[in-house]
Amino acid sequence: MTNWQKIALASVVGLSGCGRSAAPPGKLQVFAAASLAEPFTELGRRYEAAHPGVSITFNFAGSNVLRLQIEQHAPADVFASANEAQMKALLDGGLVNSDSVRVFAGNRLTIIVPSSNPAHVVAFADLAKPGLKLVAADKAVPAGAYFEKLLERAAARTEYGNSFSSAVLANIRSREENVEAVVTKVRLGVADAGIAYQSDLHGSAGAFLTGIDIPPDINPPAEYPIATIAHGDAPELARDFESFVLSPEGQSILAAHDFLMTPTK
Amino acid sequence: MSEPPEHPRRNRNSAWPPLAGLPLALLLILPLFALVAHVRPSRFLHDLLQPATLKAIVLSLATSVTTVILSVLFGTALAHCLARRQFPGQGILETLISLPMVLPPAVAGIALLLTFARGGWLGTTLATLGMEVVFTPLAVVIAQTFVSAPYYVKSATIGLANVSRSLEEAAALDGASPWQTFRDVTVPVAWRALVGGAVLCWARALGEFGATIIFAGNYPGRTQTMPLAIYIGFQIDPDQALALAAVLLALSFALLMAIRLSFSQILP
Repeated sequence: MTNWQKIALASVVGLSGCGRSAAPPGKLQVFAAASLAEPFTELGRRYEAAHPGVSITFNFAGSNVLRLQIEQHAPADVFASANEAQMKALLDGGLVNSDSVRVFAGNRLTIIVPSSNPAHVVAFADLAKPGLKLVAADKAVPAGAYFEKLLERAAARTEYGNSFSSAVLANIRSREENVEAVVTKVRLGVADAGIAYQSDLHGSAGAFLTGIDIPPDINPPAEYPIATIAHGDAPELARDFESFVLSPEGQSILAAHDFLMTPTK
Repeated sequence: MSEPPEHPRRNRNSAWPPLAGLPLALLLILPLFALVAHVRPSRFLHDLLQPATLKAIVLSLATSVTTVILSVLFGTALAHCLARRQFPGQGILETLISLPMVLPPAVAGIALLLTFARGGWLGTTLATLGMEVVFTPLAVVIAQTFVSAPYYVKSATIGLANVSRSLEEAAALDGASPWQTFRDVTVPVAWRALVGGAVLCWARALGEFGATIIFAGNYPGRTQTMPLAIYIGFQIDPDQALALAAVLLALSFALLMAIRLSFSQILP
């Protein structure tokens, strides 16, 4: 799918050809992490309503995929990432405007179980139950990287320890390619439990899922940075949209989707 | 080798100019060379010998070979039935069997999940028997068989249907049992279609990605086949993914070439 997106994007560039720099100023391309799909769609709708003549196109995918696309100079104006690592890579490559990088939202990992909760998971410690079918995101995507960090922190704690972390790892049945796939597997009941974001409980799958809190002192804060793209066609519009995301109105939309309003750092 | 002797190859006055096929040939070959050219030889061995990489290679070979064996075993039976018998609804059955070839692999993965997941049609029964399919190597084999067996069945059906009945009847008159007739007459005549179908089936199974990642998940050593390792790896360490991609390419090339060569030996 990602290759197709790349090809589609490349053909858009090709078709507009020499007129690329003369693209209408009212068009904005926003590349945002898959977990941001719902709040960003709403943010875009609100922004368009307030700015007649502006049309926003979204490209939602894993942050790592979006980063690869931006590195291939896909036509993007704004990048909203689910972790710092992808943003830092683009920053180091000079592909985003360094003065525009801001953290705009926070998130936390949570345990998700099907509403029927077949394995009776009620606390974080239950993740080590022998035979529990657990799914998590792969280390390649932010949610998986945060999960690794969570297990490291748990291993360092006396109440959990190394044996706890290795028992949890032994329960992992699959490392999914993105956090949405984790949510789907749990929703379908293929897995007893999954590791996802708190904001995923707000999404359309939320009705089928129950969230179980992870102790906040070991739960690594997920931070979502946003920046404008250096090779973007609509730099002013991009900055204005970023300001809107950071504005009280934008923040309240994110908060309504269970993202943390005040970044934890 | 494919032209009957009474129509020798002609270079002049051919319906198609010889270079007309060049654009397509370039499109098919160029990306493969680009891939190989970007492999860093200094790191190739190191990348190749990573435990996760080796696990992916072993798993891919084991599952795709199992898939071919299962497809040939049951697929020949199915193809024989389709080629030799006539029954109501045959056309619909043949079309349904071919359907997985046109389904997007993701759809195949979702369909398998809905069948084998807990609460699914077969999943509930299997669960009471204490059998879990999803997230196991068995799920990988099922996903591969679902998408690639139709290639074998299709080819074998055409091959078996082309074996003349009178040849088989002659063998039967000479006292051959049905199984002897099938083994010594039908299979040798339909050989090309059977092997060709099995190769297509294997190739499709080895490259299977979409249905596998959805139905079997992604876990190194258990369900992470080479295509999955390449996809995930490309997002963390492109060099390692390239090394694995080159291995996949070399393996496929070697096998297809070997079959080609043995073909020209058996069937001059």
